[in-house]
Amino acid sequence: MSGQAIRLDGVEKSFGAVRALAGVDLTVDAGECLGLVGHNGAGKSTLMHVLSGNLTPSAGTLSIGGRPCSGGWTAAAAQAEGVRCVFQELSLCPNLTVAENVRIVHRSLKGFGWKGRARALIRQKLDEIFPSHGIAPDDEIAGLAIGQRQMAEIARAFTVTDGKLRLVILDEPTSSLDAVTARQLLAYVKRETARGTSIILISHLLGEILSTAGRIVVMKDGKTVADRKAGDFTRNSLVAAMGSEAREHTRGAARTAGAEVMVSARPRSGGPAALEARKGEIIGLTGLAGHGQTRMLLRIYERREAQVTGRLAFIAGDRQSDGVFNLWSIGRNITTRSLATLRRGGLIDLAAEARLAGEWKDRMAIRTPDVNNNILTLSGGNQQKALFARALASDAAVILMDDPTRGVDIGTKQEVYAMIRAEAGTGRTFIWYTTEIDELTHCDRAYVFRNGAIAAALGADELTEEKVLQASFAEPAA
Amino acid sequence: MNRRLLRQALPFLTLAVVLAATFYVQPRTMSYFGLNLMLQYAVPIALATVAQMFIITVNDLDLSIGPFVGLVSCVGATLMYGSPALGLLAMLALIACYGAIGALIHIRNLPSIVVTLGLSFVWLGISVMILPSPGGKAPDWLKALMAVQTPWVPFPIIAAVVIGAVVQLALMYSSWGVVARGAGGNPKALTRAGWSMLRTKVVMYMLAGLFGVLSGLALLGLTTSGDAHVADRYTLYSIAGVILGGGEFTGGRVSPMGAVVGALTLALAGSFLIFLKISPDWQIGAQGAILIIVLALRALVSYGEQKR
Repeated sequence: MSGQAIRLDGVEKSFGAVRALAGVDLTVDAGECLGLVGHNGAGKSTLMHVLSGNLTPSAGTLSIGGRPCSGGWTAAAAQAEGVRCVFQELSLCPNLTVAENVRIVHRSLKGFGWKGRARALIRQKLDEIFPSHGIAPDDEIAGLAIGQRQMAEIARAFTVTDGKLRLVILDEPTSSLDAVTARQLLAYVKRETARGTSIILISHLLGEILSTAGRIVVMKDGKTVADRKAGDFTRNSLVAAMGSEAREHTRGAARTAGAEVMVSARPRSGGPAALEARKGEIIGLTGLAGHGQTRMLLRIYERREAQVTGRLAFIAGDRQSDGVFNLWSIGRNITTRSLATLRRGGLIDLAAEARLAGEWKDRMAIRTPDVNNNILTLSGGNQQKALFARALASDAAVILMDDPTRGVDIGTKQEVYAMIRAEAGTGRTFIWYTTEIDELTHCDRAYVFRNGAIAAALGADELTEEKVLQASFAEPAA
Repeated sequence: MNRRLLRQALPFLTLAVVLAATFYVQPRTMSYFGLNLMLQYAVPIALATVAQMFIITVNDLDLSIGPFVGLVSCVGATLMYGSPALGLLAMLALIACYGAIGALIHIRNLPSIVVTLGLSFVWLGISVMILPSPGGKAPDWLKALMAVQTPWVPFPIIAAVVIGAVVQLALMYSSWGVVARGAGGNPKALTRAGWSMLRTKVVMYMLAGLFGVLSGLALLGLTTSGDAHVADRYTLYSIAGVILGGGEFTGGRVSPMGAVVGALTLALAGSFLIFLKISPDWQIGAQGAILIIVLALRALVSYGEQKR
């Protein structure tokens, strides 16, 4: 059996000013396992959502089985054509049983006796992929362990009722599986492709990709930058293809190592390495997104098993949910962290509050005619500046930053970087989780996180993209 | 597993306890006639509770169901009494209204609480316009239906069991019910599987409208005349009934049979408190206390489940 399962030509997708996909050409042949790799924000997830019909591309065409798909490519159409997706964040309904969740993806499971058929279907597939899985079809999803949930979702993606299974996209399918079940899955992927089903495998475990995929596509900045047989890649050449050329670094000399230690903390998932931040240092936290960096910041903020000298302030990256007070003015948003010092006789000194807000509006160059305007009158970048002002205006000695420049334009970023360096010069300590490797050039040192533990501590002269990628993608000892 | 069973059995145990307490305080209720009298008003409450449950299934809340039931009773006592066909048309229009509200809430991503709170005043306003003071007449067939004397088991009990069983079958066992509950559990997963959230919500809201209409008609059959304020307490009763029956406010976790049992418990608790000679002023508070006790018990059961 040969031919194309699915093909993309010049597919583009933009979210506002951000170009997530910048013209992707991709062909998946029938019965092949395609490995897809790339660093954070390379566009893998967007590509997946386009393939599964959940996002409509801004430009480009998609053909399925050799026929161009002219009509709307929707999630329902993708289901009907036999394209399934196992998303990284699980897509099961926690209040339903395993068998009931099978029904959600199979429209033909209805009428009398549908539940019996659904049970048989999922039990047979679970047995086939993960022998001794220990999951009953009538178990409620909420009652299953995270690994079992992932097994159930993977098995569900491979169940067939009417119509054929054409393509299954697995996004980090082994992230919650243990070594044994992960091996079972990879073995099954090979068996399934031999039957003519195509599979796209996305994983940050390069060993998995190299051993399972027949062909590997590397994505970077919304484009495919390499597309070769798996045998032509090695771990190092794959990492090199994901990264970019070495950049020159414009960082001052590292600060004195003798300064007072302000923070020392250990990640929850253990590991021998601990985090240490000295007075006046800018410490970067990096690695793949969601590997424990934010949790580390929260542990420090809540002073759980972390020694912290001095006061703390936190700058959230997710402005809407953790950052701004939507109904308050810009000024109120800036001063809320400093109200304790603005008190006079138990009440807030309104004149002092206005002075502080005005001062920081000027220092951060927040573009507004009046700090009494509502915070939402600002652009996203300027809202973020207000959050920086809130932290910097406070009496905090240590400032924790949770990917604070997410979705901020480049000009604002430059202003913020300059501000951070200036403040560090006055003796403030910054702990900075960033998903952009470029931002590490502003740090004195960085910790690379993997699976909740510190995988590597890099000094100022080692902060290259290659080193960070190497540490982020390292294989667990096996 | 045992604890899950316990949690599911809790609504039934609560009903049994309240029933036993009532029999103890007033042994004469332990008869066909006594039960009939005590439980007849449980039928419209159970129907309103089921209506509320459909809304809660999709993670919304309906604060207008009480006044809506009142409106139905007013329309039933006037329009339907004069011309059954026109009355039926009006009922269908009311159900369509519910569907439209569901669509509006979904498309504009509005908080259902705010929308339905506003609507409660709209329903009440229309009712008062139709019937400024209680009046009108219930159609005779409605009165006859609600006064049916079934052999052996009183009619309200049979009606409650039938309502519970039908909805249980539709929502918990049918393939369509799975999608409806999935919409409450993980709307994103549902959209990704190619289902329309809009359609699901509209259908659920229309079902709520349908059961609201049935509740209003059942109530009208019992009271025999229309009254705009007759069901004002139903909003809170229906929410309490769903929760008492083992449902949760979010996550698509509901139990139709439990909701009906919860409604019976609340109706019974009212009679029980009267037998205890507690003044009506205190009844709402006492019912609230029952609710708190049951919820505390459930939290205790769930807590033990998590600790395991």
